[in-house]
Amino acid sequence: MKTIVIGVIGADVHAVGNKIIDYTLVNSGYNVINIGVLSSQEDFINAAIETDADLIMVSSLYGHGEIDCRGMREKCIESGLEDILLYVGGNIVVGKQDFNETLKRFKEMGFDRVYPPGTSIDLALNDIKEDLGE
Amino acid sequence: MSNYLLVDFGSTFTKLCAVDVTSEKIIGTAAHYTTVLEDISIGYHNALNLLYDKLGKNIEFDQVIACSSAAGGLKMAAIGLVEELTVEAAKRVCLGAGAKVDLVFSHHLTRKETKQIIEEDIDIILLSGGVDGGNSENVIYNAKLLGEMGVKIPVIYAGNKSAEDDIIDIFDHYQLDYHICENVMPKINKLNPKSARKTIREIFLKQIIEAKGIKKIESDIDQVILPTPNAVLEAAKLLAEGYLDETGLGDIVVIDIGGATTDLYSMCYATNRSDVVLHGLEEPYEKRTVEGDLGMRYSAPGIVKSLSEREIEYINQEKQIDIVKEVNERYKNVHLLPHNERDEFIDQFLAEMCAYRSMNRHVGKIHEVMTPMGKVFNQSGKDLTNVRYVIGTGGVIINSKRQKEILKQTTNILDDKAQLRPDDPEFLVDQLYIMAPMGLLAQKHPKLALKLMKENFKELN
Repeated sequence: MKTIVIGVIGADVHAVGNKIIDYTLVNSGYNVINIGVLSSQEDFINAAIETDADLIMVSSLYGHGEIDCRGMREKCIESGLEDILLYVGGNIVVGKQDFNETLKRFKEMGFDRVYPPGTSIDLALNDIKEDLGE
Repeated sequence: MSNYLLVDFGSTFTKLCAVDVTSEKIIGTAAHYTTVLEDISIGYHNALNLLYDKLGKNIEFDQVIACSSAAGGLKMAAIGLVEELTVEAAKRVCLGAGAKVDLVFSHHLTRKETKQIIEEDIDIILLSGGVDGGNSENVIYNAKLLGEMGVKIPVIYAGNKSAEDDIIDIFDHYQLDYHICENVMPKINKLNPKSARKTIREIFLKQIIEAKGIKKIESDIDQVILPTPNAVLEAAKLLAEGYLDETGLGDIVVIDIGGATTDLYSMCYATNRSDVVLHGLEEPYEKRTVEGDLGMRYSAPGIVKSLSEREIEYINQEKQIDIVKEVNERYKNVHLLPHNERDEFIDQFLAEMCAYRSMNRHVGKIHEVMTPMGKVFNQSGKDLTNVRYVIGTGGVIINSKRQKEILKQTTNILDDKAQLRPDDPEFLVDQLYIMAPMGLLAQKHPKLALKLMKENFKELN
């Protein structure tokens, strides 16, 4: 069974989307490690090491995602998680910016998949299936 | 009439406590220097004679049971994967079982670290790492290295369940003395101490007691059943929770300042509030922390070690002492008992420092996070603000003329909002030094042990 670590990064307490992701992924047969809200990059990475996870899915709803996610790929590499997949989604930047710009910035930061506001989890689920297998 | 003799073989003193179970009274207590190097029974019989002298007669005991922290106590090495997760879980399990955790390692062990385990007289190794179904590579690597290096002491495996079969094969191959337990952290941040703790206790009974020269005394006593800190923990838990119609005291903190360590026990849940977000590894209801660098004699230098030059100078001026010289004297002469007011004053000061600093490390921390949804409280560790009683035990507190001043150091005297120290507790002292004995008695007569503690603890006003 593939293992996915999910959680909400930074000083962000939006728990609803987090629960929806948890529910959907569990129902789709994944081993979900939900570290919850107010989680730091280290919390995600530590959980991924101990659980031997395949994917880290970061949620951010409050606009500070860019600051909170910066350096995360480097820390993963430092921690021996070179091959781990990183997804991010939500309202990940301040204000209404062109999403293509945002996508580019997060790709450069080392995220494999980046989702704009209002993305349905089903869409991400298709990507997960593609990246990890069923 | 049915008499119990409860014995605590400490590193310095062998302490006896005689209880009449029928009339539900403590008959008497006595103490003598522990003689573990020569023959532990000498100190025991001397203490027993002292007890007879006090009582004015010899009495028969139906049961003699003991706990021990003699000969360095139970020394363990805790090994895990990530420092904040399985390493911390393994460490907490060892501490909760009454052990001293001398070595702590994370990720892949190195040959140097493994050598250290062999050379430093460790009694038991606790090997963990990975949640169930999680990382196996690390524990397998570490198990192999322990095997290759020819570790002779018992190894407890309490890591990822999915690696268990591989681990058994490795341990069998290298013929290690091993024990397989449930994972100490089966899921992220979930602590599962029971299985490993039980195994630690069993190994302690079967193997460690013999190795520590305590077996010699078996003809005199019926059983050595617990490491002393474990007995204190059992007593504290009973005291907090109560037993049947004998009510407990509710949430409590126990502080035991000794020569080599300062032990803190808290009996309460992590939080009662609904407006905080809890972070980190799950906190146990019964939590013990041990500070190996905070103690009155062996570890006295540790008290000043982390002070800056300026702080030392300030203390010296303020208290009119030479603090560095004083702690070194105590380190060199561990049997020193205070003979004059000045010695007492310095011991009092050191005890207050131990109490303050050990609570710093034990207590949970909280900080406000400003989020777009308003203020949120982020908590790690245990919230002790509503603790009802702080209880002091151990020689320096029992013999202090200003006991309350020491115990008060566990509260929020500096008004640091980030620390969840006890807010406004009552203070009690275990004046007869019966906590460990009552932890032993509790194994057979919990209700009586609870009653005796409640009757004999001294209230400070």
